[in-house]
Amino acid sequence: MSTDTQLDLWEVFIQSRPGSHYTHAGSVHASDNQMALQNARDIYTRRNEGTSIWVVPAKYVSASNAEDAGMFFDPSNDKMYRHPTFYVMPEGAKQI
Amino acid sequence: MTKQEALYQYLLQLGDNALIQSHRLSEWCSKGPILEEDLALTNIALDYIGRAQNLLHYAGEVEGKGQSADQLAYRRPEHQYYNNLIAEMPKGDFAFTIAKQLLISTYELLLYTELCHSKDETLAGIAGKAIKEVRYHWTHSRDWCYRLGKGTVLSNELLQQAVNDLWMYTGEQFEMGAEEELMLKEVIGCDNKALQNKWLEMVETVLSDSNIKIPTATYNQSGGRKGIHTENMGHILSEMQYLQRAYPEAIW
Repeated sequence: MSTDTQLDLWEVFIQSRPGSHYTHAGSVHASDNQMALQNARDIYTRRNEGTSIWVVPAKYVSASNAEDAGMFFDPSNDKMYRHPTFYVMPEGAKQI
Repeated sequence: MTKQEALYQYLLQLGDNALIQSHRLSEWCSKGPILEEDLALTNIALDYIGRAQNLLHYAGEVEGKGQSADQLAYRRPEHQYYNNLIAEMPKGDFAFTIAKQLLISTYELLLYTELCHSKDETLAGIAGKAIKEVRYHWTHSRDWCYRLGKGTVLSNELLQQAVNDLWMYTGEQFEMGAEEELMLKEVIGCDNKALQNKWLEMVETVLSDSNIKIPTATYNQSGGRKGIHTENMGHILSEMQYLQRAYPEAIW
């Protein structure tokens, strides 16, 4: 893969409506946070997807290693009781 | 000149400014300095074409001869376009496009803020939608002025050259023709002259914060709003109107 020469990489998170969580939308190139916000706005909210945007320099994102996957994730395989499926959903609750 | 004729003319001026600037920005499609900026510039072009569509559609209604927005956009001869000359300036390099956008957007920010209070409800509605877009165009071009002006020696030089070259086309934005005087009297249009000092103050602030000198030349080129254009206009129209001229009534 060739070296990325197009400014710094930023990760973009979009909130689709007030109060809801931010979802990772993708990434953009930018030289500063204002440019990153504007580029994210132009690329990821063109079709009315968002009400708010977070941008984070990709270099500050720490990712888990693939070789740790066994240690990290397998232990939760057999812990059914952690799923909140044994509760009755309150009427009208949409965001649980 | 009747009020109806003046309004028709006024809407054509506003619509043509948006249409021609849209065309120039759309020339960046696939040629932007980076993918993100390619999308940013073409997004702005789309804002402009939407505005042009609204204004020309309304102009057709006001004229009352059944002309659609498409007919007005693609079938008029050159001398019946009334955009300011600055809009038809070639896209140039990226610094030129950014300088041009700042000089235009600052004017539009002031203009459309006023037009939001137009007594003509349709025009006020179009202005209300446009002003949000213009705020973004202005912010986007301002931020790029900072970056280019305070970037490298070369980027500063290119931006300075662009501002110098465009300066003589900025004064036309503040002219008042007979139709504009009438629109002002009817509280439909806006007093362009009254915007000039504020415009200069805003532009000076951004440019001096970008280490760019304000040109001292006072000569101004004008004629666009009378239908007298630079040599660029014919080239724009031959490209822009080609399809509608070659295949009249062609639809998507």
